[in-house]
Amino acid sequence: MSRQSNRTTDSKKMNSELFTLTYGALVTQLCKDYENDEEVNKQLDKMGYNIGVRLIEDFLARSSIGRCQDFRKTADVIAKVAFKMYLGITPSVTNWSPAGDEFSLILENNPLVDFVELPDNHSTLVYSNLLCGVLRGALEMVQMAVDVRFAQDTLRGDNVTEIRMKFIKRIEENLPAGDE
Amino acid sequence: MADESLFDFLHMEIVSHIYKEQQSNKEEMDNKDRAVCVSVLESMGFRVGQGLIERLTRDSPSFKDELDVMKFVCKEFWTKVFRRQVDNLRTNHQGTYVLQDNKFSLLTQLSNGKQYLDQAPKYLAFSCGIVRGALSNLGMDSVVTAEVSVMPSCKFQVVVQKL
Repeated sequence: MSRQSNRTTDSKKMNSELFTLTYGALVTQLCKDYENDEEVNKQLDKMGYNIGVRLIEDFLARSSIGRCQDFRKTADVIAKVAFKMYLGITPSVTNWSPAGDEFSLILENNPLVDFVELPDNHSTLVYSNLLCGVLRGALEMVQMAVDVRFAQDTLRGDNVTEIRMKFIKRIEENLPAGDE
Repeated sequence: MADESLFDFLHMEIVSHIYKEQQSNKEEMDNKDRAVCVSVLESMGFRVGQGLIERLTRDSPSFKDELDVMKFVCKEFWTKVFRRQVDNLRTNHQGTYVLQDNKFSLLTQLSNGKQYLDQAPKYLAFSCGIVRGALSNLGMDSVVTAEVSVMPSCKFQVVVQKL
């Protein structure tokens, strides 16, 4: 007999665990397949990109957010709508550069790393690098070229996880979405 | 809490990546290549299945027998992982079980019928691993295979290995 109470929460939590466990299995497999952390980081970014270019459609369909007027609005949407919708967390947007083209997302906790520990021989692995690729791919589909990287990572001993996003340029033409 | 769609996106990309990497510079994949891909996906699923069942059965009392375990897999486990219950469970009472899911969640986005039927095995390998991993942690060593004749309906066959 399945438990009646909190079934939706349980169900969502289990889906969350399915996702984080699958992500863990992926990183493990990539570490087996590639010789060094740098290569694994690259693969995670590539795969994230491929996911991002599709995820954006899902996001736009479900959120009915219109076009963002500027990078500040983009940052807000990413933190308050997208992260909330997909990962159930709301990172804070801080550390704006004077030119307004670069900001940080601070994640108090990162759902991807629940129960994860990095072994000593993988000190340069950016475990959650998939996220960078996803953000990059998604934004490219809405005509923004951005650079995304992890500035701090709780898995590597930092207090928080910080993702730094920098606006590179507006993409003028509609390039076809290719898989990398 | 991660949204359901994230797993779908991740799973599709994992399948795509594994197949792309195996193909690398070759013109076409042969059966051996495909077998490697299925095997890699299945073993990834195995680890995930083990982890999932651990969390799910942490507070449960132990199961009476094999059939009890299979019923749990078909109801609670399937609901939590594949968002619905198995529609039909059959067994020969000699260690073979067939679990039929008429709207298997990983196939619903692919097609409704015969289109892309040949692609279905790629998207089922991971799930077979999940089931095998879950059963393994419940004390049942098994071989799990999946068969599709009309999407998105899918039959998982579990053959319990006796020592």
